[in-house]
Amino acid sequence: MTINTILIVLLVLAGVWTVMTARLLRSVIGLAVTSVLLTIIMFRLDSPLAAVFELSVCAGLISAIFISSIGLTQRLTDEQAATKQKERLTRLWFLPVLLVLVGIVMTQLQIPLDFIKQTAPSENDVRIIMWNLRHLDMLGQIVILLAGAFGVVSLFKD
Amino acid sequence: MIDIEATKQVIYNMPQLFWMFGAGATLVLITGFYCLVMTYNLIRALIGLELLTKSATLFIILAGYVTGRTGLAQALAITLIIIEVVVIAVAVGIVLCVFKHNKSIDARLLRNIKG
Amino acid sequence: MLSLFLLIPLAVIVMLNLPFKGVMRKLAFGAGLLLAVGQVVVVVLLAMGLLSETDVRVPFTLGLSTDNLTLVLLLSIGIVICTTLLVGWQTIKPEKQRFNFVNLVLIAMIGMNGTVMLSDLFSLYIFIEVTAVSSFLLIAFQRGLNALEGAFKYIVLSATATILMLLAISILLLASGGTSFETVKNSLGQFKDNPLVVLAVGIFICGLFIKGGLVPFHGWLPAAYSAAPAATSIMLAGIATKVAGIYALIRVVTSVFTINGSINNILLIAGVVSILVGAFAAMGQNDFKRMLAYSSISQIGYIILGLGCGTALGIIGAVFHLFNHSIFKTLLFVNSAAVEEQSGTTDMSKLGGLQAKMPVTNATSLIAFLSTAGVPPLAGFWSKLLIVIALWQSGFYTYASIAVIASVLTLAYLLIMQRKVFFGKLADGLQNVQEAGFGINLAASLLAIITIVVGVLFPFIFNSVIMPIGNFIK
Repeated sequence: MTINTILIVLLVLAGVWTVMTARLLRSVIGLAVTSVLLTIIMFRLDSPLAAVFELSVCAGLISAIFISSIGLTQRLTDEQAATKQKERLTRLWFLPVLLVLVGIVMTQLQIPLDFIKQTAPSENDVRIIMWNLRHLDMLGQIVILLAGAFGVVSLFKD
Repeated sequence: MIDIEATKQVIYNMPQLFWMFGAGATLVLITGFYCLVMTYNLIRALIGLELLTKSATLFIILAGYVTGRTGLAQALAITLIIIEVVVIAVAVGIVLCVFKHNKSIDARLLRNIKG
Repeated sequence: MLSLFLLIPLAVIVMLNLPFKGVMRKLAFGAGLLLAVGQVVVVVLLAMGLLSETDVRVPFTLGLSTDNLTLVLLLSIGIVICTTLLVGWQTIKPEKQRFNFVNLVLIAMIGMNGTVMLSDLFSLYIFIEVTAVSSFLLIAFQRGLNALEGAFKYIVLSATATILMLLAISILLLASGGTSFETVKNSLGQFKDNPLVVLAVGIFICGLFIKGGLVPFHGWLPAAYSAAPAATSIMLAGIATKVAGIYALIRVVTSVFTINGSINNILLIAGVVSILVGAFAAMGQNDFKRMLAYSSISQIGYIILGLGCGTALGIIGAVFHLFNHSIFKTLLFVNSAAVEEQSGTTDMSKLGGLQAKMPVTNATSLIAFLSTAGVPPLAGFWSKLLIVIALWQSGFYTYASIAVIASVLTLAYLLIMQRKVFFGKLADGLQNVQEAGFGINLAASLLAIITIVVGVLFPFIFNSVIMPIGNFIK
């Protein structure tokens, strides 16, 4: 029980740090840390395959994409960075306050949770579900990967 | 066959678990929206979008765990991650093309189209 | 056989990208046109009963199904993709861009065909995303600054709508243990009063409103439509937004959430507000394509008004108006593409008096705007009439009168457009303008003919073709 609480709190803190930190590179690292925490949470929620996917794709591929794009866009001079930091703090101080308020409101809500189904599913292995039961989804994924490939070609190749 | 003991165990643990993880995921959701709305930097907007996606993934996995359908939830989560990668890759491509034009990734400079 | 609608375009894309690049590039447009025309022919044969779904056996049945609503949409998709390819053939010049354009349009076609034939909430999300990603790329692939800006705005709002839909799907998964339409419908019947489930339904509908461009979530629509290249605007306005947003809304409201009082009220209010905001905003526009974008918002309001009415006649009117809108709005955008290609601008204050130089464009534009405004005997009149009658029969007198008044507004702003662009004196700098190329003329004439034929034949086909559309509502 307590491990779950620690993981949740760390997840939210990592998210807030990602948003509030000044430099873009640190923000991307914060995103990767959030991915790792989410992976651990998913392992504890009985979803190992999805957890591994999330780790390799989000903490790996997406961070690589973001870091390479940051590397390709110009850096600010020092004084511009200082003014931007002041500006951003005036905009972002509201976030932790908002989160604490929402947390307090949510503990007071009484939402009836009596609708959870209690029958066992017919098939619970992820691999069988993906390959045998949800063919349409697989086709959709293939098509969207094709679309991504064409997109990258059309946006980058001269 | 329905396993009575296992189901009873799951129901006993349910409300607290669901509540905690649900609350955490909602907080991440709000953080993501806040980042998306309050930034002038195009790349930070995409980071906000990524945070929103993580929150949605957590909600789906949570729903799968609580109803016992972990297989279905994992299949949905994997598909979700693949699609979001493609969307983010396309968006980053567009940001890089904007940078080539404007030499900056400030969203305030993109005001050519009104409304 | 239905999976062939998805698998054949995929096979064509794969074949176009194999080696023998030189030959394949030249055949690309031809292959795409063949597919679109083939789709139209097959759908007409299916509708007439001459062809049946079990005639062609494919080893992959993907859980697809059709009913009358699907057939109407497959027909619209085929017609609009055909038009897009004809206009793209004419207006997109660089060789590499032409090839990418055809591939992306074929991917969008797969996405839209998949969306209209499926019966599962998560697959709906996947195929809407496929359509959306190909739309982003089609807006941005020529890399102009305005287009990139429009595409980015569209991405951000579309991704927000996606997240809303996913949250709703996760809560519905919690309540029902599955994501297919029947499973969710059965469990919704059981859990109607649970606040969390009501919230989920509301969030899902909000997500679809954003995708469809309804007020107050229409912020991305004028930017994306006006900044996109001419051929892409045609595809976006004609069918992509309609399938991803409006068809999904119709299908989900009638098959999953089963029309009830509060959903009806939300739809009616959203519809009326969209009609009015779209009409008033369109009157003040100077740019041709932005005006057409706001006009789209207005017409979508009519469709949602018909849907929110709740009766069979209202829904049939809504679906018929969806089909008509895809025809006449596509025609209007084709004309704007012709004007833009020949004169180089879409600013209406700089255009004028083009009727002598571009007679075909002028005539088809006249027909399109009369149909949009709802002038008999063109097709737009009949579908608006059905919606207004359905509203009147259900007792929504104010909504019906607002719909009729907005028709007059539509006539007003489109008449202003026609006068500014085509009638009057020839503006300066336009002396060398010629008629648009062959492809654009062909597309425009075909669409105008379809509008006239459907409108004139309406009283005869009312009972045999229009009313059975309502069979999909159970």
